[in-house]
Amino acid sequence: MPVLTYLWIIPLLPLLGAAANGIFGGRWPKNVTTAIALSSTTLSFFAALEAVREFFMLSPDQIPYIKTYFTWISAGGFQADFALQVDQLTVVMLLVVTGVGWLIHIYSSGYMHDDPGYRRFFSYLNLFMFFMLILILAANYLLMFVGWEGVGLCSYLLIGFFFLKQSATNAGNKAFWVNRIGDFGFLLGVLLIFKTFGTLNFSTVLSQAASMSADPAGHIGTLTTIALLLFVGAAGKSAQLPLYVWLPDAMEGPTPVSALIHAATMVTAGVYMVVRSHAIFLNAPVAMQLVGIVGCATALFAASIGLVQTDIKKVLAYSTVSQLGYMFLACGVGAFGAGVFHLMTHAFFKGLLFLAAGSVIHAMGGEQDMRKMGGLRKKIPVTFWTMLMGTLAIAGIPGFSGFFSKDEILGEALRVSPVLGWLGVFAAGLTSFYMFRLIFLTFFGSERYDEHHVHVHESPKSMTIPLIVLAILSVCGGWMAVPQFVGGVNHFEHFLAPVLSSGAGAAAEASQPEAAGPTILQALMGAPVIAGLLGLLLAWWFYIQSPETPKKLAASLSAPYKLLLGKYFIDEIYLAAIVRPLVWVSDKVLWHVVDEGVIDGTVNGVATVSRETGDRLRHANTGNIRSYATWIALGVVVFTSLLLWMVD
Amino acid sequence: MVPTSYYLVLSAVLFGLGVIAFIFKRNILTIFMSIELMLNAVNLAFVTFSRSLGQLQGQIFVFFVIVVAAAEAAVGLAIIILIHRNRGTLNVENVDSLKD
Repeated sequence: MPVLTYLWIIPLLPLLGAAANGIFGGRWPKNVTTAIALSSTTLSFFAALEAVREFFMLSPDQIPYIKTYFTWISAGGFQADFALQVDQLTVVMLLVVTGVGWLIHIYSSGYMHDDPGYRRFFSYLNLFMFFMLILILAANYLLMFVGWEGVGLCSYLLIGFFFLKQSATNAGNKAFWVNRIGDFGFLLGVLLIFKTFGTLNFSTVLSQAASMSADPAGHIGTLTTIALLLFVGAAGKSAQLPLYVWLPDAMEGPTPVSALIHAATMVTAGVYMVVRSHAIFLNAPVAMQLVGIVGCATALFAASIGLVQTDIKKVLAYSTVSQLGYMFLACGVGAFGAGVFHLMTHAFFKGLLFLAAGSVIHAMGGEQDMRKMGGLRKKIPVTFWTMLMGTLAIAGIPGFSGFFSKDEILGEALRVSPVLGWLGVFAAGLTSFYMFRLIFLTFFGSERYDEHHVHVHESPKSMTIPLIVLAILSVCGGWMAVPQFVGGVNHFEHFLAPVLSSGAGAAAEASQPEAAGPTILQALMGAPVIAGLLGLLLAWWFYIQSPETPKKLAASLSAPYKLLLGKYFIDEIYLAAIVRPLVWVSDKVLWHVVDEGVIDGTVNGVATVSRETGDRLRHANTGNIRSYATWIALGVVVFTSLLLWMVD
Repeated sequence: MVPTSYYLVLSAVLFGLGVIAFIFKRNILTIFMSIELMLNAVNLAFVTFSRSLGQLQGQIFVFFVIVVAAAEAAVGLAIIILIHRNRGTLNVENVDSLKD
């Protein structure tokens, strides 16, 4: 078992790539940088494939496969190891991260080719891969937290990649700060886990949590507190309400970054963490309800904002927030497997959509406004067809990957909580509408750009090949989990079952009457498809058939339209309610009172006292040797007398 | 035999005279001599204790003091000569540039 034994190789390779390019790469020509960056991720991907192959040869009692390399921290009763773990959930994440990451690296070598920060870009991107792999391979919460913080750092660096642009640095800072709030919750959750269970290892914590009695509904006990704190972390990283605000701004980064970090991998870390901790969540009904409600609300909320965005990347950003909401909805209704499945298909189709959007932007010479595109279908056919595949997948058109994952989530949600389910179905309709709006505005209709200035051209092979591969995955990625009632076998759920069966929910699920299930589900499964098709039709009507309708609608419904266009003014509300008061307190109280008054005052006070004392004592320094001698003699007399007096 | 305390009193008187001379005399050369007086007062105390306690260390220490005093005399006299050359005076009241 070579690779499985030396599991650290998989994350180490990208780290070496990052170090080589970041530290020594200054004098190397561009193709050496490319070779190092791409070969490290390629090797990492193949190592991951080999590790997965070896994983399948393990007997079931060897799973989860945990390998402890050394003790990282040992202090009193606290111990944290550098230990990596592979189980079925890790396998899925490992393949998605290394596979999609590899494709996006290839794409980036084309997309970023003429950027002066080429070397810096790949160094950051490789570093991101390292931290992401640590995050998913970690066998305890602390090591996971290392990866968690690391990907946050890389996200910050890459969002602010064009650091000469004020908006980009602002977006980077915003992402970092908002994530800090979430990370604080996560860290508190980790500390509470240690306090409760005495260890941070997943296997021990989760088996103990599963055997504990569940907190009663409506009651917030220890497990619920842990679950809620972990969810705060997940909401920050995975851009859920109310911490989603950083993700749309994160689109300031280069497009491959948006695809890799802010769509396919990093933002799903929160979902991964919740699924990893499912044993805790299953025994915390209040937290589960909250996760489901927040997920559903985010899905609906972000989708509605996506309806009116005009920036091609912003549409996709809100779409990502919305799809992440679906994943949390799945977790909230106990369908963790479906959540992970959607995570995987989403990584394929959203990665694809972002890369295709990047290809469009590349073709348009940097233009991101969809109102200035149109009719690109014939000019950039590969981009068009691949993006169409991604759109069909995300819209949940039957046969494409998004159909299987989304319908599984919505079916489960409708069964457990009809309200959340129907809201989710409605959001699915919105999703379909805004995605086809994007397609119609960009690729159909009249050409609204200046043909003399914009030379539309198809992207190079290094960009189109990853698009094609991801398009194939977006189409076929769902076929491994065909729902049972249409005669398929849900291989994906079966595969994940050993990981997710430790919780109490699995037992409850097994006891559900299976006979009644399929028919109800079958009837309900149609709803998301119908919603998706309605969205498609509506988009077609609005943007192809009668392009005047949207303007008329916007005019007649100006209040809601402005609300959506202003993104519900959440940024403005945060600015007024949180940022401004914080700045005010920092300025008036912390700066002028605490810093200038207390801290500077103390330091200056010490200096003043010393100076004044010295000023008085200065006069004793006459320079006359006889006066010094007198003082010494007097001192001797005084001390001798004291001594004699004390002895007596 | 003369009692130990007599020697010690003599030593204290010599030391006190040295201190007083050091403080009140103005001529550097005299001050220098008063230092020697103090050193020798201490030497006397060392020898006295050595004798009365029947131990040798006190006498050994006296040799050290004599050596140090000789070295000090060499350096000190050289300094005094230089002061006289540079300033044309041996009055300590005029040698107070250390305060600046």
